Parts: sequence; C-alpha cells; structure tokens
Amino acid sequence: MTSGVAIEHVSFGYGGTAVLDDVSLDVEQGEFFAFLGPSGSGKTTLLRLIAGFGAPAQGRILIGGRDVTSLPPWSRNVGMVFQSYALWPHMTVAKNVAFGLERRKLSRKEIARKVDAALELVELTAFANRRPAQLSGGQQQRVALARTIVIEPEVLLLDEPLSNLDAKLRVEMRTELKALQRKLGITAIYVTHDQEEANAVADRIAVLDGGRIQQIGTPGELYDRPANRFVATFLGTANLIEGHVQGGRFAADGFALDGIAAPDGPACIAIRPQDIELGAFSGGVAAVLVEREFLGSTMRYRLRVGSRAIVVDAPHHRGAKSYAVGGTVGLLIDPRQVSVLREN
Amino acid sequence: MTPPRSAFGGPTLPFQGRERGRLLARYNASPAQALALVFVALFLLAFLVVPLLRVIQIAFTGPDGAFSLVHFGDFFRTSLLRESFWNSIYVAGMTVLLASLIAVPLATILARYRFRGAALIHTLGVVPLVMPPFVGAVAMQLIYGRNGTINLLLMDWFGFRIPFMEGLNGVIFVEALHYFPFILLNLSASLANIDSAMEESAQNLGAHGFTLFSRIVFPLALPGYVAGAALVFVKVFDDLATPLLLNVNNMLAPQAYLKITSVGIADPMGYVISVIMIACSLGAMLLSALVLKGRDFAITQRGGGGLSRRSLGRWGTAAAAAFVIVALAVSLSPHIGIFLLSIGTVWSFAELPDAYTVQHYVTVYRESLPLISNTVLYCGLAGLIDIVLGATLAYVVLRTKLPGRRLVEQAAMSAVAIPGLVLGIGLLRTYYDFQIPFTGESLATFWFMLVIAYAVRRLPYALAAATAALQQLHVSLEEAAESLGAGKLRVLSRIVVPLMTGGLLAGFVTSFATAAVELSATLLLVARAPDAPLSYGIYVYMQSAAGRGPGAALGVIAVVVVAIATYAAFKIAERERGLKSREMF
Repeated sequence: MTSGVAIEHVSFGYGGTAVLDDVSLDVEQGEFFAFLGPSGSGKTTLLRLIAGFGAPAQGRILIGGRDVTSLPPWSRNVGMVFQSYALWPHMTVAKNVAFGLERRKLSRKEIARKVDAALELVELTAFANRRPAQLSGGQQQRVALARTIVIEPEVLLLDEPLSNLDAKLRVEMRTELKALQRKLGITAIYVTHDQEEANAVADRIAVLDGGRIQQIGTPGELYDRPANRFVATFLGTANLIEGHVQGGRFAADGFALDGIAAPDGPACIAIRPQDIELGAFSGGVAAVLVEREFLGSTMRYRLRVGSRAIVVDAPHHRGAKSYAVGGTVGLLIDPRQVSVLREN
Repeated sequence: MTPPRSAFGGPTLPFQGRERGRLLARYNASPAQALALVFVALFLLAFLVVPLLRVIQIAFTGPDGAFSLVHFGDFFRTSLLRESFWNSIYVAGMTVLLASLIAVPLATILARYRFRGAALIHTLGVVPLVMPPFVGAVAMQLIYGRNGTINLLLMDWFGFRIPFMEGLNGVIFVEALHYFPFILLNLSASLANIDSAMEESAQNLGAHGFTLFSRIVFPLALPGYVAGAALVFVKVFDDLATPLLLNVNNMLAPQAYLKITSVGIADPMGYVISVIMIACSLGAMLLSALVLKGRDFAITQRGGGGLSRRSLGRWGTAAAAAFVIVALAVSLSPHIGIFLLSIGTVWSFAELPDAYTVQHYVTVYRESLPLISNTVLYCGLAGLIDIVLGATLAYVVLRTKLPGRRLVEQAAMSAVAIPGLVLGIGLLRTYYDFQIPFTGESLATFWFMLVIAYAVRRLPYALAAATAALQQLHVSLEEAAESLGAGKLRVLSRIVVPLMTGGLLAGFVTSFATAAVELSATLLLVARAPDAPLSYGIYVYMQSAAGRGPGAALGVIAVVVVAIATYAAFKIAERERGLKSREMF
C-alpha cells in the first residue's frame, strides 16, 4: 500500500545555520517526485527527515495522512536507498534483502518467496549467494533497491542513487528505475543535483536552493515558465535581461520587446538560447557576433548587445546559413517565448 | 615504465647496454636496487631465518643426530612442562577476556555515544602502553598484592582479601592492564570505519536496539576486535619478564629461559619449548586470519566517518563516567606505585611508603648511568638499522618488480610472530661459537648482537611505517622528476627521502621506544653487566628487596623516555598527515 507525503512548514538547522527554512510541499500517492538542487540546498536533509533521521525544529511530516514527525526511523515503513548503497558487507545479497523482512516477523517460507521475487525483479537471482563486494556498482545499486522495495514501503526514498555509477550506466539505470516505479505504482521521492536526471524520471520536481523551495512543477513547466533566476539558470541555459516594462513594452540597454505581459516597473526576463532567431539586421535588436562554437546538432553563437552577452543556439543541418564572427546581426524574439521572472 | 630511448633508438642509460642491465630493466630496477634487496635478504637470513631454523632443527634432532620427536615426547611426559603449557594458554586466554571486559565498553562508549569524557578514554588508550609490564608488575604487587595497599584496606574495613596477584592471577592482571589498549585501539578504529549509512539503512528497514547492534554493528566491528585480541594473546604468550618478576615459573617462557640459562644451551628442552611457542603464536594468528577471512570490510565500504552518536541519558552517563574513572584509576595505579616506590624509603606491609627520599635517584645516577647510555646507543642503532632496512625494502617492493621481493618482505614481517625469547635463543645458539677476532669474545654475547635482535624484532613496524609513507607518495612525483632529467639516485635523494622523512622518523621513534623496554631477548643475550641496557638493569635491581627503590627509579626514567618518544612519534605522524592532506588533496 503506497501513500502520499505531505511536508508542512518544516524548518531544520544544525547549530546556528538553517538548512531548511519553512518548506511545504505535497507528494501525491503513486507520484515520482524529485528534489532538485545544488549541494547544500537542503534536499538530502529533507529526504532524511522523511525517513526519520533527525527531527524538524518546526513543522510536520505526514505520510498517508498520518503524522510521523515524532516516529523513529524503524517505525515509519518508508524505504530508503542510500547514496553509498550501504549494503552490509558481512551478509550475502539474499541476506541483505531478507533483513527487513526478518524484522517484520514473517515466516521463513514467506521471506524466501519474497526475496526471490525481489531479486527476480532486479534480475539478480543468480547473485543471491554472492557478497556485495563481489558485485559491480550497477549490481550493488540494484541490490540496494531490491532490499528496500521488498518490505513494500509506503514511500520509496532515493538519495542520489545513481551518482556512483558511470555516465552510460546512469542513463540505463534511470530508465529502469522509472519503469520499476511505474510497475509497482509506488510513491517515490528522488534526490538529485542533476537536472537532466530529474527531468527524465520525475512527474514533478521541487527545486531547492538555500534551504527554500524555489519552484514546484512538472519538468516542462519548470523549463518553460521558470519562476525566478535560480530556476531559469539551474534548469538549462537562459539569457537573463534586466530592464523596465512600460505598457507591455520591455526595454533595456539595446533591447526593446513588445507584447510582454507584465505590470509596469522594473523586470527581469529570461529567454532560452534556442528561442532567439538570427537574421540580417533590419531594425529591432542589433547584436555583434563575438564567437561561435559548433556543437553538432546546434551552432552556438555568442553575441554582444550593448554591454550584454547573449547566447543563441541555431539548429544545424546541412546547408544551414551561418554567420561570420565580427558581423552585426539582428535578433528575432517571439514574445510568447519570453518568461518574466518573479523577483530579480 | 620503459626507460627512455634516444632519438636514434640507442640506449640512453649506461647500464642498459649490457645483458645484465637489460635483465634488470625488465624488472624495472637499477643495479643498486637489486643490490639493496640482496643486502636486506642476507641480513634477514643471517639474523632471523638461520637462527630460527637452528632452533627448530635442534628441537627435532634426537640424541643420535637423526630426525626425532623424542624431545617432544619428553616435553609432554614431564608434568611440570605440561602444566606450564596449559598455564600459558590459560593466562593468555584469560588476559584476552579481562582485557576485553575493560576495552569493549570503552570503545563502545567512545564510538556510539556522546560522552564528554572522550578525551579520558583516548588517554586510557596510551597510558598503559608507556609502562612495560614487568616494571608495572612490582608496583602492582605493592598495591594489589596479599599485603598490598588495597588488601590491607580491605582487611581493615571488611576483614577479607581478594587474591588479585596470587600466582597466575597476578600475571593475568598485570598483562590485561598493560595490553587492553591493543583491543581498545583496534576496535575503535574498526567502529570508526563503519559508514553511518550501514546503521541507518538497518534502522530504515525496521531494526533498532539490540538487533541493530548484534546484526549490523557487532559483525562489522569484529575484524578490529579479533585483530586486537589475537595480538594480545600472542604478546602475553611470549612475555618472559612479567612471570619471572612475579615469581611465576610454571609457564612456557620462563621454563625455556630457565632451561637455557641453568641447564645450558645444549639442553634440547629449551628449543622444544621455543618451537611450541612459535606454533602457538602462529596458531593464534592463523586462527584470527581464519575468522577474518572474507571480512576485510574496510576496503569494501565507502564513506566511513563512524556511527552517529546518541545520548546516554543521565544514568547512562553516570555509569559510563564511573567505568571510565575506575578504569583510568586502575590503569594509572602501576605508574603511581612505581613512582611512590622510587621516592619511598621502605614500603612493605603498609598502604604507603614509610617516608620519602630522593636517595634512589642518586644511587641510579652514581651506579647506573651506563645502563641509560647503553639503551640510548643500542636502541638508537636498532632504530637506525630499522628505518634504513625498512625504507629500502619498502622502496624495492613498491617501485620495482625484482623477483623475490615479496618473499623478503614476508620474512621481515614474520618477525612479528617470533617471540623475543625464541629469537634470543636462536641467535645465542647460532653465533655462540663465532669468536670476534683479537678479543676472543663470543659473537652471540657481543653487545652489538642486542642491537641486531632489537632491529630484527622491530623491523615489521618500521617496514609498515615506510610502506605507508611511500604509498602516499604517488609515483608520478618521481616520474615528473625523472622526465626533468634527474637520475634514480637524484630522485631518491631529492624527492623520495624528503617526502618520506616524517613517516620514517615516526618509525624510528616507535622502534626506539619499544626496544628500550624489551626484556625477553635481552635477558638471554646480555653476558656482562657493563653491556646491560636499562631494561636489564631494572630486572636485576628488582630481584632484591634493597634494589627495588633504585629499580623503580630506573623504571620511572624508562617510562618517561618511552612516554616522550611515543608522544613525539604521535606528533610527527599527526603533523605529517596534516601536511600531506593540505598539499596533495
């Protein structure tokens, strides 16, 4: 039986430094949710609080509507996969997986059946009697996963589970992980600092920085409608331009854009590099081409508008028009692709 | 790494042109390195392997000169020797038990709980080791003996005595108090290496309390405990001086010593006992290796950083504090006792000495300065030999592919398992008939043989220190210097040796400090009073009631020397770690 998780106004600190500051969010039942943020953003701390490692200074944590804030880790029935896997080196793979079941007072036959099923699920049946040290990183990762899901936890917590794997395996495993979560229909919370990973696996993402939630949304929403500077730059590349809005017209040094839906006053806008088109200058925004990098699928141009550096990605195909360094070009910007950021 | 060749394809290094040079190049070694390995091998052959083989050979040779087990038959038919054998096993086993009862709670408090007296426990890890057990033994008899301080007080207040020091009890008590830090240190290290996620993942899966401890924490800490316990067993089994000073002769080491010194070096029984002692020593180590097989967890765990510490609660804190204070008081009692003895006039049948004096120190100053200078000379030379041999061997093992280098390394390390007494007997027997030219003195009892015995026995520590120092020194540092045109010798003198200095210095000080209080081989190899070192002097003084004062004064001096050296070694190692971590990472 899987459950949703509710975090209500949770604050947490070590000594004098605040690690989490008034964090609230809801994870729906069966949802694959990600905490995304740089190191030190508080994402792992929040995950550990859900598992019961540490108690929040303020606020409540509810799992399936039940307040677990003061419950010790062993009474919570949430499963956590640790970044280091934390497989016990003195037990075989099967013993590692059976450990949580033994604590639940199941019959020996029942335990054996469930261990077999869990190992089959992660395709490690042949390795049941090996020691963890005899397995590769990817196999250890799957043992850690089997050990956790075998107890049928209400919530599956994953702390940077792929960070110890090499790049190729990381991509494979995240696909597997996603498929497994779908198959089991289990609520999962995934901590990562890698935005591509979060985008690939999560239904929704909470972006954290400095112990605060910056934005919550689907990967598409976060990318297309970033709420602030941090989200705009942490998820992908963005040109941030500070200026002024007056009657639907955004103006900055060298820039003028019509059709911006924002109240009058100072504003910061974000435009993705692929949302700007280059063309011959004929009025509008003029830019000097400083440098270009060929990236394969795109050509990345670095330009200068006034004193401001702008990045533009133009899709590349055979015979695509390219612009020479040193020339002046015009920037074509569709106002519908422009995000107006909340605070500066 | 193949040696560089010039643009014309010709050899650029002079030794490469010859056939021998090409062979050495394949082993990635220079002739000097090959020569160094041969030199170390010869040293070990002459002063470790041959003496040991000689002991074994004599033990297995019958009266007719052929291979025979007759002496072993005699051994097990003699009831005194049978009793000695079981006594040695009993004492070593009970010492491990008593030492565990002290060390395991201390290590647990340190690793798993927030306890403000943690510094006290760290102190407890060192204090007993700076006092050799045979020095402490005399003081402990005065404090815990039949008519010692504690029993006199018990008699006055409650009308009964506790036989702390009666017979084998005394040996067990003294040894356990001296050696429990080995278990404490090894177990603490093991506990500190457990990644806290190991514990958290078990909690996450529903385990806590005793289950958590017995299923996860204890098995993961077991390797450290077993390593410490095996070490204690072997050390106690081999100790000669403590039973002798406590007048307990019905154990193996004293029996071997008495046979050799009273019956003579031709008596085969001393050799038989030696072989049995080696067998037990190796047996204990093998057993621990067997227990630890496949359990070398340190390398399979990521992270580390120790378990998360929890609160002890009020009663827990009180109990922990009481335990630590009692343990500290008992551990310090030999130190206090020996100090009181060294400044007391008469201390017999009394809680404390009758009056105080500095006379014993004056006596030591008048009579016994050569003891101290001998110790400094012998142990200094032994330490020097150790770091030279240790560094050479470590370098050859880690940086070349010379054949046999691992074998030489294993031979050097095997000295750990060889009792000092046995090595002493072997050296005595092997070199007794060699005479030094002109003086006609026997090589075996020439003072330099003591230096060699010390060097051989401490070589494993120096080798380990040098290996650790060299392992931290990435080979690219040497290759960078070579690519800039420095030859092997220049690389060695300008890069390798300077960077290893700290590690080698720590190795030297450790060798020096432990050799300064060696008494097993010393008792066998000292032939003339003027050649005797400090440890021998203490032993001789302690034999008579009148000599106990000066003996204690010498003991205090020995403790101070060892304490200073240990502190220095610790500081050097600590500074070295600090430097390395700042510069390299």
